[in-house]
This record gives sequence, C-alpha cells and structure tokens, in this order.
Amino acid sequence: MAEEKNILSVVDLHTSFTTDKGEVQAVNGVSFDLEAGKILGIVGESGSGKSVSAYSVMQILEKNGSIKSGQILYKGEDITKWPEKRMRDFRGKCCSIIFQDPMTSLNPVFTIGYQLKEAIKLHTNRKGKEAEERAVEMLELVGVNEPRKRIHQYPFEFSGGMRQRVMIAMALACEPDILIADEPTTALDVTIQAQILELMQDLQKKLGMAIIMVTHDLGVIAQMADEIIVMYGGRVCERGSAEDIFYRPCHEYTKGLLRSIPNVDSMGKRLQPISGTPINLLNMPKGCAFCPRCDEAMKICLEKQPPETRTPDGHFASCWKMIQAEIESGMIRPEDASGSGT
Amino acid sequence: MAKEAYDVNKMPKKNPLSMQIDLQKFEKATDEEKQQAEVMSESTSFFRDGMRKLRRNPLAMFSIIVLIAIILMIVLVPIVVPYSYSDIISVNGRRDKSATNMAPFTYSKLEQQYIDEGGKVFPHIMGTDELGRDYFVRVAYGTRISLLVGVFASVIVLIIGVLYGSVSGYFGGKVDLIMMRIVDIIYSLPDLLMIILLSVVLNEVLKFDGNGILARLGTNMISLFIVFGLLYWVGMARLVRGQILTIKQNEYVLAAQVSGAKSSRIIRRHILPNCIGVIIISAALQIPSAIFTESFLSFISLGVKAPMPSLGSLASAARSGITTYTYKLIFPALMIGLITLAFNLLGDGLRDAFDPKLRR
Amino acid sequence: MGKYVVKRVLLAIVTIFIVCVITFFTMNAIPGGPFAGEKAKSPEVQAALEKRFNLDKPVGQQFVIYMKNLLHGDFGISAKTGREISDTISSKFSVSAKLGVMAVLLAVFLGVVFGSIAALCRNRWPDRLIIFLSTLFTSLPSFVLGSFLLVIFSVKLGLVKAWSPTNQNLILPVIALAMYPSAYITRLTKTSMLDVMGQDYVRTARAKGVAQWKVLFVHTLRNALIPVVTYLGPMIAGVLTGSLVIEQIFTIGGLGAEFVQSITNRDYPMIMGVTIFLAVFMVTMNLLTDIVYKLIDPRINLD
Repeated sequence: MAEEKNILSVVDLHTSFTTDKGEVQAVNGVSFDLEAGKILGIVGESGSGKSVSAYSVMQILEKNGSIKSGQILYKGEDITKWPEKRMRDFRGKCCSIIFQDPMTSLNPVFTIGYQLKEAIKLHTNRKGKEAEERAVEMLELVGVNEPRKRIHQYPFEFSGGMRQRVMIAMALACEPDILIADEPTTALDVTIQAQILELMQDLQKKLGMAIIMVTHDLGVIAQMADEIIVMYGGRVCERGSAEDIFYRPCHEYTKGLLRSIPNVDSMGKRLQPISGTPINLLNMPKGCAFCPRCDEAMKICLEKQPPETRTPDGHFASCWKMIQAEIESGMIRPEDASGSGT
Repeated sequence: MAKEAYDVNKMPKKNPLSMQIDLQKFEKATDEEKQQAEVMSESTSFFRDGMRKLRRNPLAMFSIIVLIAIILMIVLVPIVVPYSYSDIISVNGRRDKSATNMAPFTYSKLEQQYIDEGGKVFPHIMGTDELGRDYFVRVAYGTRISLLVGVFASVIVLIIGVLYGSVSGYFGGKVDLIMMRIVDIIYSLPDLLMIILLSVVLNEVLKFDGNGILARLGTNMISLFIVFGLLYWVGMARLVRGQILTIKQNEYVLAAQVSGAKSSRIIRRHILPNCIGVIIISAALQIPSAIFTESFLSFISLGVKAPMPSLGSLASAARSGITTYTYKLIFPALMIGLITLAFNLLGDGLRDAFDPKLRR
Repeated sequence: MGKYVVKRVLLAIVTIFIVCVITFFTMNAIPGGPFAGEKAKSPEVQAALEKRFNLDKPVGQQFVIYMKNLLHGDFGISAKTGREISDTISSKFSVSAKLGVMAVLLAVFLGVVFGSIAALCRNRWPDRLIIFLSTLFTSLPSFVLGSFLLVIFSVKLGLVKAWSPTNQNLILPVIALAMYPSAYITRLTKTSMLDVMGQDYVRTARAKGVAQWKVLFVHTLRNALIPVVTYLGPMIAGVLTGSLVIEQIFTIGGLGAEFVQSITNRDYPMIMGVTIFLAVFMVTMNLLTDIVYKLIDPRINLD
C-alpha cells in the first residue's frame, strides 16, 4: 500500500552535525509518509529538526552534517543510497525546495532570468529561446507582472514577496512531484504571506504536486495541510490529520502549542506559553525530549523515550500519558508497554 | 520493503526486548527530577569562552611563548653578554681589529691567544659584523629597537585613531561627514611614498642633539613616528567609528543618554568597553606592519641612525656580503619573521576567539 | 553609478593635488630649497637653475608654475645629472611596469587558486598548510625574501642569471614581489569563499540540482571574488613600493631603483618628480579598481 500511495516515505531518519562542541543530533529517528498530491505540514519550534529533516530529503545539508541512518524512499527507492550524480537529477526535477528568506536565496549577481533558465536547462531539454519562454511562462504563472521585462532584472530590483514568487517559479519550473517549502512566509509581511500561501494552494491544484510545508506557524498549517507531524527535539511527537491535531491533540507538547496561540475559544483568556527553553541538542535527555518542560511529566518520561501509540481516534502520538491511559483502561498490560530509551 | 521497516500499527505491540514496567513509574515527576533531566550547556561568559578558545589554539599559544621568549631575550642579552652594540670587540683592553666578519662561535686570533693564556672570552653566538662588533648583541638590540618602534607606532595609531574615530562616530551628522572626508583623503594618499618624502625632509629639518634615546635613534625614527601619527591612524579611526555607529544603536546607550550622562562619559563607560576587543586586536596587528615599514625605510637608508641597529638596518647591511656571510642576513630576517609571525598568529587567534561575527 | 564615478574622480583629483602640495612644500622646507644639491655648483649654474625653477619668485608663485609644468608633463630636471626627469621616468617606468604587471598577475592567480582550495578543504590539512604558509609569507619583508631568493637560486645554485639590460629574466624578482600579495589574497579569498558558501543562494543552487563544480565556479567564486577586487588598488600600490627595494636587490634598472638612488643622492627634484608620478599612478589605479568593483557588483544600482 505504501508503494502506491506514498510518493515519499522517510523511515527512522537520523541526521547529525559535527561541531567543535560535539555531535549535534538534529534529527533523531523521524518517520513520515507523503502521499502524492497531498500537503504535509511539519510543525515545531526552532531547533526541533524540521528544516534539517527537509534538507536531509534533498541531501543539501551543510558540509558538517550527514544522514547517519534511516531510509528516504522516493517512489519506493532509497535515495540515500543514490550517487551524487543521480541526486542532482532528483533535486529540482523530482523534488524542489523554497527557502525561508527570499532576500538572500537568490544570487545577487545574476539576473532572475539566468537563475530561472539555469534550473530549466538542467532538467529539461529546452534550450535558448525555449528555456526563456518557459521562464516567462513560469513567472506569469506565479503572478509576476511584465515577466518579459523582469527576467532581465537582478534580484535586488524585486520586493521580498516578488522574490518568493520567483523562488516558487524556479522550484516548479521542471514540474517536480514534491515541493518542500521551508518556512516560505516567515520572512514576509503578513499581507504578502497570505498571497504567497494562496498562490501555493492554487499552484498545487493546477500542477498537482505534493507539498511538505515546514513551519512554526500553526495558522499556516491549519490553512493548508492535509496531514501534520509535530516535531520536538528532533523527534516526532504526534502525527495525524489536521483535524486530529487541532481538535484532538494528545501529546502534551501539541496541547501546549495550541494553548499558546489565540483562537476563538481562548478569547478573553490569557494565552499560556510553554514554559522553559528549547532543549539543547548536544545533550539530549535520556527520556522524552519534552519532559523537562512538560507539566504532566512522570518518572518514566525522564527515563525512557515513549513509543508511538495509536490514539483512541486513530492518529498517533509518542507520549507516556497515552500508555498510562491504556494501561489504566486495561487495553494493554504493563509488561507490553515498552520504550526505546537508553 | 517500506511496509516492513515502518508500520505504525505494529509499533506499540509486543516487543521481544520489552521490560516489565513498574506502575510506580507513572507517578508524576517532581520539578527537581525534571531539572536533572534537562542538561543545559554550561553557561560561560563571553570572555571566558574566548579565553578557552584561545587556549585551545596551539598556534596562538605558540605565539605567546615566542613573544615572551623574545622579550626575555632583549631584556637579558644586553645584561648577560659583555659586549656593546656600538663598540668593536676589545681583548684585554686592546681593540681587536681582526675580529671582523667572524662566523658564529669562532674566535679571532687575539681572542684565541688570550684564551690560550687562560683568559675567558664570551663566545660570539652569532659571530661578528664587518666592523668587528658582536652580532648577537646587535641583533638583540635591533630586536629591541624594532619592537619599540612597532609598539610605539601602534600606540600612536591607537590613541589618535580611537580619539578621532570615537568623536566622529559618536557625534555623527555634519561633524562625522567632514571628519570622514578628511579620513578618505588621507586614506587615499600613497602612504609609503609620503613616509619616504617626509623622512627625507624631516631628516634635513629636524636636528637632534644630545644623548637621549630620541637622538640616538636618529631623526629618521622621529619622522617615522610623526608620519605614523599623521597618516596611519586613519584605518583605526574608520574601524572605531564603524564599531561605535553599531553600538550607538543599542538601547543601553539611549538609556544612559536619557539619564543625563555626558557624551564623554557615554563614550568612555558604555561604548569603548564594548569595542575594545576589536580595537586591541587591530592595534596588535599594527605592530608587525610598523616593523615592516621601519625595515623598509632602513633598507632605503632612511632608518635608524648608526651605530644604533634595527632589524631592518641589520638585514639591509647584511646584503653587501650576502654570498659569503649569509648568516648575517639569516639572523635578523629570522627575528623579523618570528616577531611578525607571532603577532599575526596571535592576532588571528584573538580574532577567532573574540570576534562574535565568526561565531557560528 | 554616474554620480558615484564623478564623486570618486573628484576625490582622486583632490588627493593628487594634496600629494603635490605636500611634496612641493615639504621639499621647500629643506634648508636651501629643493634644488640645492650636495655639491657646490658654480654661480652660473646656480643662477641658471634658479631661473629655470623660478627660485627667485615667491613660494606661492613657484608652486603655481611647478603645477603648470606638471600638467604639461614637465617634472623639471635632475639636480644630479641635469637630465629631464620626465625622460628618466618614461624610459625607466616600462621596466618597473613589466615587473609589476607580472607580479600582480602571479599574485592574483596563486591567491585565488590557493584561497579556493583552502576554503573547500576547510579545517583539513590542505587548508591548514596553505594558511600556515600564507601567514609565513606575510611575515617576511619582500627584501628579505628577495635577498634569499637571489642567494639561493642565482648565486649558490646558479640557476637564474642576474638581471641585466640584455638578460631581462624577471622570475626571481616577480616571485619576491608577488609572495606577500598572493599570501594576502589567499587569506582574503578563503574568508570570502567561506562567507559566500554559507549564503542561502548557494544552497538554492544546490537544491536546483546544479553540479558541485558549477556551484563553485559560477555561483560561489564570482561573488567571492568581489572583495578581492577591492584589494587590487592597495596591491598595485604595494607592488610598486615593493619594487623600490626589489629592483635594488636584483639590480634591475627600473624606476624603483632610480628613486632609491635619488634618495641616497638627495636629488630632491627627482624625488619630487617620481613621488608625484607614482602617487598619480597609484591614485588612478585605486580609482579604476573602485569603479570596476562597482561595475561587477550589480547591487550598486540600489543607491
């Protein structure tokens, strides 16, 4: 079933960086599936490993970072085993990415046209005039006015929102199956944010690619995603449909996140921020990564990592509270509950 | 394949490695326990972190050791070695005219004779020069002079540059504009040419008499200092101004202004301490550049006044007999190289350790 | 852009003028004036010289006349040889220029290549070796390096013959001159490469599927070399002043050697003439680098 529906499956991914202070384990056993044509949201705070997971898929990590173990299956093939040459075809043609800051993501010394055409020439057999036509067509598609004139301009002549449109045009120029959007709206004004999100949804309907939306903005996710995974400390805490996550959160971290944003129910009440600071990836706690900040933390949380459990409504969370509930209701016996700690 | 490796339905089920779980463990954890689980990275101050980085940098530590050794040498050698930098070696009160251009650790005929008679002669560790003066002492003195020139020049640059830069940066506006135009012009002057020119002229105009250190160094060195004071501070002034413009935007400067602190106090207490690191590093890097300039001037006969040696004038003088007495070039060249290398490496090390921009 | 060029040209003109002012008036401060040579001249010669250089007129007027002559390319005559300084400059400068151009080209080539290698092999042994060597080379004055090169390769090994008007072999002097700037460019290129390699747009290029070598040469190097261009002006000035001593060491009959000679001879008109000539040259080179810099960096249109 996985082979047919899922265009991308990430299985138990571990990615870490070597720094002069030691090894930073940015991603610790992340797994997720992406169905063709669907939008998957990855939510988490800074340092939760969401961007690194995305970069791992593209294999565009910084030099000191590497995938330690795990599989990334694209149409059933493990791309972590692909040689660099094959990966180059994968990038841009099968899977594209747009980055957080459009102001710095375009090379300042080349024209927009050059940078668009470069991507087009790499992955299609369009050349010269044809490539230029395609570039103009793509710019038109993402709503850049006067594309014929603007392809001869440099990035500094574009506003932030326009640059992000150019980035999207570049990413989609070769019609990839997957688009990774790494916080695509964080660096933009609120009004522009809405425009860009709308554009992405439009394009997704038109072109039918799957999107991985990496963000810390729950609003963005709520608006767009079909499936959501919530990450903390390089691990997945909870996964499920957008409805499950927003209306029936099970993991304490997800609950905390939802309490910390304003919504209709919280009108007139104080927002509750999650106390404490994000964990230090150099020294991961033995047990659940969230336990030092968790109000409900139990002794076992400190000692063992919680296994992923199916929640009553059918989505998944990794939290000892779930196990506790199941033990209490007699669904499982204590000796069956196990963790992957130590 | 994917199905086997990853199927969420299976995960919470039976596991051969499963352990008995104590239901006690499902009790709430105390705050204390939670805190223990949270391993924080040890908090360090900016300075301590920088020092730790510096200590772990072998090249920087090596430079510090080399510099200390050089300073010890220039202090101790003139005390220990019984020769002077300006006098021809004399044996038993008699001038030894044959003791010229001797190789390291050799003795002249007169000295050999004296030793044979039972006298004691301090060895010429680096031989002697063309006039029969002990080369080791001259190199030690030359190092002393070169370092002195370097330190003094960089102090001049430091004082003028910091004063000018901080005034310009702090007041901003028209004052800044005019002051920076002046800096632009001085900056675009070909400095070495101007130094040569001024040295030539000052040499004719200034006349120093007497026996003070300035007179012994000669007018060339005075003009070198004057020229440094006139031209070389602009780099420092630009640096300080840039730093101050950045720091000025911080709220604590505004807070000090609001609470009525005077400009001079704000510069002294709030701004300078925050850019002192960058300034000191750049002043330290000024020392080798001044030593270079001095040796360059010595080479074109605009250096220290004879018989006072500097590393540059020693190296320059060594060129005349370079094919036969190569060691006479090697010793001063080695000293110049060691000093500059040590300062450069130390400067790099300090920058790596303390420049927040390089931190990742 | 046009506004910038005008501003920059004006600054250059002001600088050149100030150089002339400093040169003229400091030389005038020398007792006896700039045209009093060491050797006593006959009263007739003295009078002729004074007339030639208008020494009988007030200083201000002398300056105006000197400047006017300069504009016509007339630098006056040498106090030592009595020859036209402009002739000396035009005949000797070609040698120095050849030496300088070769040194600059070598320095840029070595610096960019080794700087890039160091950046790519960051924190591995090629990086450490290159950076150590470049630190080493920035720690030796060019005349020391030149002397050693001369002794080792020319005298001891006899590999390279010394320079003479018939044997214009410039290998050793070019190396001696190029070492310092190439070491500097190496460090500059490395820092700037590392900076650019961390930029988002390089990641974008990789994410597009651009090949590694193309990311390096097209997307990284071009941006990384912009700071190197800014160093060209100071480097040309450095190479020119460096050639003062290098020409002396290798006994090359260029303008540098001539200049040093005139300093030892206290040939003041010559010192003045060559100083002004070299200063104009350096300021012009600085001006050109600044303009080129703005040309290759399209972001200039912002302001």
